[in-house]
Amino acid sequence: MTISEKENNIIEQFSMYDDWMGKYEHLIELGKSLPLIDEKFKTEDYLVRGCQSQVWLNAELKDGKVIFKADSDAIITKGLVALLIGVLSNETPDAIIESKLDFIDTIGLKEHLSSTRSNGLVSMIKLMKTYALGFKVKEKKS
Amino acid sequence: MKEVKNIELLEEKKADFNKVRHDFPILSRQVNGKPLVYFDNGATTQKPQQVIDAIQHYYSYYNSNVHRGVHTLSQEATTAQEESREKVRKFINAKSVNEIIFTSGTTESINLVASSLSKFYFKPGDEIVISTMEHHSNIVPWQMACEQTGAKLKVIPINDAGEIIFDEFEKLLNEKTKLVAVVHVSNSLGTINPVKKIIEKAHTLNIPVLLDGAQAIQHMPVDVQQLDCDFYCFSGHKLYGPTGIGILYGKEKWLEQMPPYQGGGEMIKHVTFAKTTYNELPFKFEAGTPHIEGAIVLGTAIDYVNSIGINAIQKYEHELLNYATEQLSSVDKIRFIGTAKEKASVISFLIDKVHPYDVGVILDKLGIAVRTGHHCTEPLMDRFGIPGTVRASLVFYNTKDEIDVLVSGVKKAQQMLS
Repeated sequence: MTISEKENNIIEQFSMYDDWMGKYEHLIELGKSLPLIDEKFKTEDYLVRGCQSQVWLNAELKDGKVIFKADSDAIITKGLVALLIGVLSNETPDAIIESKLDFIDTIGLKEHLSSTRSNGLVSMIKLMKTYALGFKVKEKKS
Repeated sequence: MKEVKNIELLEEKKADFNKVRHDFPILSRQVNGKPLVYFDNGATTQKPQQVIDAIQHYYSYYNSNVHRGVHTLSQEATTAQEESREKVRKFINAKSVNEIIFTSGTTESINLVASSLSKFYFKPGDEIVISTMEHHSNIVPWQMACEQTGAKLKVIPINDAGEIIFDEFEKLLNEKTKLVAVVHVSNSLGTINPVKKIIEKAHTLNIPVLLDGAQAIQHMPVDVQQLDCDFYCFSGHKLYGPTGIGILYGKEKWLEQMPPYQGGGEMIKHVTFAKTTYNELPFKFEAGTPHIEGAIVLGTAIDYVNSIGINAIQKYEHELLNYATEQLSSVDKIRFIGTAKEKASVISFLIDKVHPYDVGVILDKLGIAVRTGHHCTEPLMDRFGIPGTVRASLVFYNTKDEIDVLVSGVKKAQQMLS
């Protein structure tokens, strides 16, 4: 599945809810149901510090694709992290770098990506793309 | 005593808190399709129509630079600004307007003192005493002062209720202590510190005391002469006035000795390339064109507060605090952070293991504005071993009905999140 196909799936999922409460309940469920990262990665080295909530992120390259694992201490942030991981993980560095991630706006959760929310998500997306770029450079060299 | 009682009675008669709410136009707006319930007053207070009108009047009628021109507009603006300074003086009962410096806010007030004292007063090995519950703005300027001068920072511990442990404070004081800088009312916990006792104790050793009054000035009468503090700092925007204006009160004996904080126009008497002589107080500390509108309208905000009466405000807010604490106690697994005996109308809490951010997001969806996070008091959060809290800070325009909305919102958030 391409990134945009995955995004469309999410958009379809969220279109089932016509009010904020349903959307957030779904997001909270996503957050709760996914143990996203191994406890050993929950250290300073993997921390994306937000003013309000924290995100831990790890990335590895396997067979030319980037595998992301992440987690957050806040459940709503974790739900959004799950969405982002679902879309970007297991993709090539190029696809990750070029991704626009417009689906967050489409499903009406864009406010969580504003800088005032300070939940670490904006920094996390930046870091995911930086990892992808890093892997791309590394691949070219080798 | 009798006179005080009479004033209180008079204020109670005057203040109709359901009516004053209508002075604040923003309170009638909707957020996310719900009537706004604004409980983030600790971050900033809303503005009454009187303040909004005064800002407009300044710019549409007499905007001009102060202390410069001989023309009418400049004189009107200068008079208005200096009248406002007098209102501030009276509001905190300072001895003289020379002791009232306009700054951009509490943060700048503290930085001004820290920077100025670093130039002539702090020496290597000196000690500066602060408390565990300080806002970052009453920590970092002193850390910077320590870095510059070789002084050391000492921290007064607090108990589990969020109160300063007075014995420990006394033990920290010695001949090396050069300043005590503490918060009057904690922004995260609501604790009202025993500042009068702290000042008395420090003064027995001739140690000056700076009070961060950012969260006190809007909740209770402040009399700097009665407190006998050496410095008192607060912000206009937390007192129903504009942002970007604040006050540094300093005893004249200190302000006279202190070198200027910034150089520029207004703060000088005479400039040559060889030497500059500085202006007199309070202008010595007000370099450049000040925030004239802010300075003037801070006076309007003080007039507004006086029209209700700070004693009446204090009494009513205490009633709201008690009601909110009582009602929130009905929430399952709620934990209050900050349970001091003496509290201003600030309630910090956590629900079971739910992250404060999540609660804040759900409450926002319900039109309720609270603050979540560490409230710029990270060392204090570390003391309690928590990432942050949900904070509802109440003022006189809030109502018991709004508190009921908050309580049901918190219950809703809990139901969704746990």
